[in-house]
Amino acid sequence: MDEPILKAQGLTKKYGENVVFKDIDLAVQQGDIIVIIGPSGTGKSTLLRCLNLLTKADGGKIWLDGEEITAPGHNEDEVRQHIGMVFQNFLLFNHLTALDNVMLGLTKVKHLPREQALEKALSELKRVGLADRAGHYPGQLSGGQQQRVAIARALAMDPRVMLFDEPTSALDPELIGEVLEVMRQLALQKMTMLVVTHEMGFAREVANRIIFMEKGSIIEEGTPDELFLRPKFERTREFLWKITELYGHKHETTQPTEDL
Amino acid sequence: MLQNLITYIGNGTIVTVGVTLVALPMGMVLGLTFGLLYIYGGKWLSRLMTAYSTLMRGVPQIVLLFILYFIIAGSINISPFWAGSIALGVISSAYQMEIFRGALLSVGGGQMMAARAVGLSRWRAIRYIVLPQALRLAIPPWSNEASIVLKDSSLVYALGVPEILRRAQQLSATSQQPFLAFGTAAVIYFILVFTTNRLLDYLEQRTRLPAQL
Repeated sequence: MDEPILKAQGLTKKYGENVVFKDIDLAVQQGDIIVIIGPSGTGKSTLLRCLNLLTKADGGKIWLDGEEITAPGHNEDEVRQHIGMVFQNFLLFNHLTALDNVMLGLTKVKHLPREQALEKALSELKRVGLADRAGHYPGQLSGGQQQRVAIARALAMDPRVMLFDEPTSALDPELIGEVLEVMRQLALQKMTMLVVTHEMGFAREVANRIIFMEKGSIIEEGTPDELFLRPKFERTREFLWKITELYGHKHETTQPTEDL
Repeated sequence: MLQNLITYIGNGTIVTVGVTLVALPMGMVLGLTFGLLYIYGGKWLSRLMTAYSTLMRGVPQIVLLFILYFIIAGSINISPFWAGSIALGVISSAYQMEIFRGALLSVGGGQMMAARAVGLSRWRAIRYIVLPQALRLAIPPWSNEASIVLKDSSLVYALGVPEILRRAQQLSATSQQPFLAFGTAAVIYFILVFTTNRLLDYLEQRTRLPAQL
């Protein structure tokens, strides 16, 4: 197998006595679309933040394209340029227009000339279907539009991998679709993605691997079919049943049974 | 008589404005620096800044003014105008630190996180993302502090600096017309404060971010 784009080994994070997650091993290959699912409070979001060094892990190592980024003295800012991140609450820069949000990293991090940055930023906004909103401030955009601008902002840096931290959880139900659609398009373009989400429909349809995390550990991982149709563990089955019941698509999952 | 009075106090106005124009920007540079150190400087600098702010704001300004005046005037040879203005600037820095600290906190950690996620260094994230938003939020409370410094510039009267209040006091004594003398001073202060606040209101409007159309 090729060198993974992103690899973590024995990753551990704790806040004082409270262990968020422990001994997580993870390898993201080129073109992988990995969806991480699990109950809230199991460290999924913190895991994503550790992977792009926004939060310091307490143990374990991370490699980006074979280079250990957790090594002491490694340039964190350089690492983050290559890892795109999309947050649950969008976190657009409020004082900048949609266009300037996308351009900022190009001019201030990559130091592209203005015209080149402008062209690139516009094409990224077009990619998420928001070229006509370039001059709008975040306060003038709907949640779904804000999240799409946030995706464009991350894409503009030409990241090796995109991390999505519950990108639709803060959205009104009618706005979720447009964001998922953009993510589906990215998947078709073979963007490498690591997605934390509760959108099981998206997970089944788009992911090539699903990781079920609970209480700070990876309980089970496999293809969508393996997890949805033939989960190895009762706990996985229960979680998937509950969550698909909540979000519809009940027929796609086998009901948990007592006699297993 | 009236003509003389207005000219005399009017000249004091230049001194008052001068004191304010030294004290306010100086307090802003120090206050903003201290506010940034409080938030981003780590545990020990943060504690140091808290101690500074608590101490400075816990003592009457006139007492601090005298202490700072004798420290400054005792160590370098400068006029009471400069010593007094610098002392007022230092005092104001503690209040302005609180203004900027609050504004920086209101911007929230999320903006910093998003900026770092794009690949900006900490300093550049502060400069391009956090500060432009924090400074906008700071305008209304800063406008309030500006009017306080303008009015409190009358404290340098105690150091013998011939600003509005000192001149009004002198005129009141020589002309036996206290109401006219202090009344004129009051009117001038009011005009200065009113104008400053309106200018800052305008600045706030001009820099306000557009919200939902």
